[in-house]
Amino acid sequence: MQIVLLTQRKISFSLASSRAKRSVPPSSREILIFDIGLLNVCAMGSIDSSFFDIGRLDALSSKDSPVHRIDPRLKVLTTLYFIAIAISFDKYDPAGPVPLLVYPMTLMIIGEIPFSYIAKKLLIASPFVLSVALFNPILDRCPMLNLGPISVSGGLVSFASIMTKYVLTVSAVLALIACTGLDSICSALARMGVPKAFTIQLLFLYRYIFVLGEEAARMTRARALRSFGGKGLGMSVYSSMIGHLLLRTVDRAQRIHLAMLCRGFDGEIRHGEPSKIRLSDLLFLAGWCALFTLLRLYDFPAWLGKGLGRLL
Amino acid sequence: MSHHIVEVKELKFSYPDGTPALNGVNFRITHGESVALVGANGAGKSTLLLHLNGYLTPQAGSVRIGDIPITKSTLKQVRQTVGMVFQDPDDQLFMPRVYDDVAFGPTNLGLPPDEVKQRTMNALALVGAVHLKDRPPYKLSGGEKRAVSIATVLSMSPAILVMDEPTSNLDPKARRQLMSLLAEFDHTKIIATHDMDMVLDLCSRVIILRGGEVVADGAAKDILNNRELLDSSGLEKPFRLQGCPICGNKGD
Repeated sequence: MQIVLLTQRKISFSLASSRAKRSVPPSSREILIFDIGLLNVCAMGSIDSSFFDIGRLDALSSKDSPVHRIDPRLKVLTTLYFIAIAISFDKYDPAGPVPLLVYPMTLMIIGEIPFSYIAKKLLIASPFVLSVALFNPILDRCPMLNLGPISVSGGLVSFASIMTKYVLTVSAVLALIACTGLDSICSALARMGVPKAFTIQLLFLYRYIFVLGEEAARMTRARALRSFGGKGLGMSVYSSMIGHLLLRTVDRAQRIHLAMLCRGFDGEIRHGEPSKIRLSDLLFLAGWCALFTLLRLYDFPAWLGKGLGRLL
Repeated sequence: MSHHIVEVKELKFSYPDGTPALNGVNFRITHGESVALVGANGAGKSTLLLHLNGYLTPQAGSVRIGDIPITKSTLKQVRQTVGMVFQDPDDQLFMPRVYDDVAFGPTNLGLPPDEVKQRTMNALALVGAVHLKDRPPYKLSGGEKRAVSIATVLSMSPAILVMDEPTSNLDPKARRQLMSLLAEFDHTKIIATHDMDMVLDLCSRVIILRGGEVVADGAAKDILNNRELLDSSGLEKPFRLQGCPICGNKGD
């Protein structure tokens, strides 16, 4: 009993500084609540906020701007061509594709999409790309160029090239979604003949990521509230939680399918009347594709470099 | 209009793992009736509901909707006649926008676009959710989700409405609004629920299920006052028919 009291007092002392303003002696129950609250915030903050952020993508897509009004099909085609051009650059040419940045930038500026939002999303996904590109500098040590005493290996150059292409392609796709909306993209893909298995999957993934996220967040919260001092947060509990989440998802999928069957679903999601493609939509596609082709055929960064070299 | 009739005869069903769920259920619900399907958890309510729109096929016995027995070839017709509202609106609302969701059924029925639009807007207006039409479902409140779920079914102009726990997870005001909405419908209604007070307000007839069998089927006012019967089925009298904890009135 004595020991318990002592430890309780210790905790209350360590908490005292944060409670100085109120100058009320904390009861042990209060401390427990405080502790749980803290744990909750640590464990939950990340999951909750990242999901609210997807909702923001949705809000951005419901704005109205010249790029929002372009037919989704042509925006998707333009972006696909953009991606093809961006990844076609040589792996030892990290600067070559940089001028292509003009496309995502234009979408963001005209579509009033905040740069910081796209940049944050790029950062979140970057560990995946980093883990892919990381081995290049280690495996490919053949020197490529010498900058004075420092020699740059081919691996480093191709690493830079992968990162450039990552930033270009992913920011273009994010900008496309932010100025079109994923549901419009899905129906555009379906109209362009993409197999419905993919478009329906994509549509449902987007709809249920929120529900699944909430479910996962509730489970994490329930676990955090009953895990004390880091106990119960280990791998074994985590894996059983994932398994449980999967089972719940399967159950839910069955219920959703049932709800769809009840309303006459026959394997096909019918989208409303297709919109008419206007001249401005075609100009959007033609203009951008011509620009991408030019940027691919002529090495603008090298010209710029040479010009600057001459000037200096 | 005979297509408003629901007739269940000697319906038996066990789940693949051998758990028996229904042991010979019989009832006949006629046009315009509002029937509550009550029973303890696991009494077979949900299994029974799944038979009413042909999701499960009877292992023995039969289910008829109007003049049609439910078989593979009549499924489409049956599902148009029987509108099913699920317990969790998140299962019911699967499209990215409210409008698309309400239009999903009529579109699948192959109706012309103008008709689809008209039906969708009518259904939304009926439940008072026109202003929500461009919203994604995850941004709706519980009550709004429930109203839209009902609209998704109404847009198919069903003759029979089947609802699973329509008032669960709603705040008292939203529950009250939903109940007054349901009271306006002249559809044949089958409502599976634990909300006995809603039964008192909305249903003229009550069917009690226990262990996969119908143990009582009769007028709501008789069954809801029969304490022994309700007790033995894991149920309770509606709160308004129970004693008052403040004035001490026993309520019997």
